[in-house]
Amino acid sequence: MTDKNKDLIDQKLQDLNNDGVDRRGFLKCMAWAGTGLVWTMSAGIPSSRAFAKTAHRKGDSGGDFTFVQISDSHIGFNKPANPDVTATLQTAINKINAMPHKPDFIIHTGDLSQLSKPSEFDTLDQVLKGASAKQIYFVPGEHDMLTDNGEQYLQRYGKGTKGSGWSSFDHKGVHFVGLVNVANLKAGGMGSLGHEQLEWLEADLKGRSASTPIVLFAHIPLWTIYPDWGWGTDDSEQALSYVKRFGSVTVLNGHIHQIMQKVEGKVSFHTAMSTAFPQPAPGTAPSAGPMKVPADQLQRVLGITDVNYLVSGRSLAVVDSPLGDSGSSPSGNGGTGGS
Amino acid sequence: MKGNSIWFASFTASVIIAIVLLVAGLPSVTANDQPSAANAAVNIDNFVFGPPTITVPVGATVTWTNKDDIPHTSVSTDGVFKSKVLDTDEKFSYTFTKAGTYPYYCTIHPKMTGKVVVQ
Repeated sequence: MTDKNKDLIDQKLQDLNNDGVDRRGFLKCMAWAGTGLVWTMSAGIPSSRAFAKTAHRKGDSGGDFTFVQISDSHIGFNKPANPDVTATLQTAINKINAMPHKPDFIIHTGDLSQLSKPSEFDTLDQVLKGASAKQIYFVPGEHDMLTDNGEQYLQRYGKGTKGSGWSSFDHKGVHFVGLVNVANLKAGGMGSLGHEQLEWLEADLKGRSASTPIVLFAHIPLWTIYPDWGWGTDDSEQALSYVKRFGSVTVLNGHIHQIMQKVEGKVSFHTAMSTAFPQPAPGTAPSAGPMKVPADQLQRVLGITDVNYLVSGRSLAVVDSPLGDSGSSPSGNGGTGGS
Repeated sequence: MKGNSIWFASFTASVIIAIVLLVAGLPSVTANDQPSAANAAVNIDNFVFGPPTITVPVGATVTWTNKDDIPHTSVSTDGVFKSKVLDTDEKFSYTFTKAGTYPYYCTIHPKMTGKVVVQ
């Protein structure tokens, strides 16, 4: 790891964390926390492909698996920030299909569509059909529930879910919970889970062993990133109190169209890039509207996230890849396998 | 002296004309017993309702226009009015027939709030 990269990561961690954990020691172990997240940076984009390869060489790949998170495809958006969001979603799917380790499934963390139009959902379905992973789990974004309280979304993508579309499932020993924080939003507030869903979540987690790795996914971040732009969830504290006793918790969100990460105790938070258009960093623009970048730069700020679960550590490694990446660079991974 | 009187008269006339013009151009906020409809506009720009508070007479129609690349709504917090989803450049109008204060927000981005005061 170059000093520059290391400083960058140190700086980022100091900015984002204030929980007393020794981050320097954490970084010496190849930026690996037993709780789950791999932190490496390549040109400002976290990347840990080299780590994944190393882990596989260790031969403990029995129940290891990979899944992919995509987010904010906004099918139907056609403004200058990206006039062809269908094409960039297709690029994302092509990238997933080309992955050396086939993902077991895909999670879409919402804003499938721009305006909840049937034609937009049709186009999305058409593109997703081409994904090699046939199982796709969804949670809605606010754009998917615009016209009919989410009725159409639920019919298409929420079969078997509860309430406004929340549900949980188990996969190879990991417990996944998809939460909805975009329904019944209150004036002046941010994202909201609501009482009924919180009760369900508490019951859903009750009785599970504390050693079960937990993955929570929802559209709006479940940690407060920037309240002025509504980038947070008003009652997320309550939800997070239910997962405190678990040894490994990974929280995956979308909504803000950029990568943000934070580790708080045993909980790792992560937001994904959009497949449609980027949004500005918090407070750097008059509003959170789409950020226009030169056409040849667009695919560098769109992307997918793949998550590797390693049985040996009961942990998940999160890897972000921009669409325009010409093969992820392992720079910054100098300490691989050190811990 | 005569010259002065002429100047004074024409000045007075100008002022009167100006006042007449002013009154004609004013919405009926100041008009006395019989308030009539007046229109007011709220632009949605950069995730902000502008102006955030607008004061209109009873009978006024307020029109919201979405100037953003992202859809918004204008929905009364108390359930009085509710726009459809407004995509870029789409408009929504509502006529206020009763005095009162009407808080509203964007149901998609609930941090966006505004108020219509009807007098």
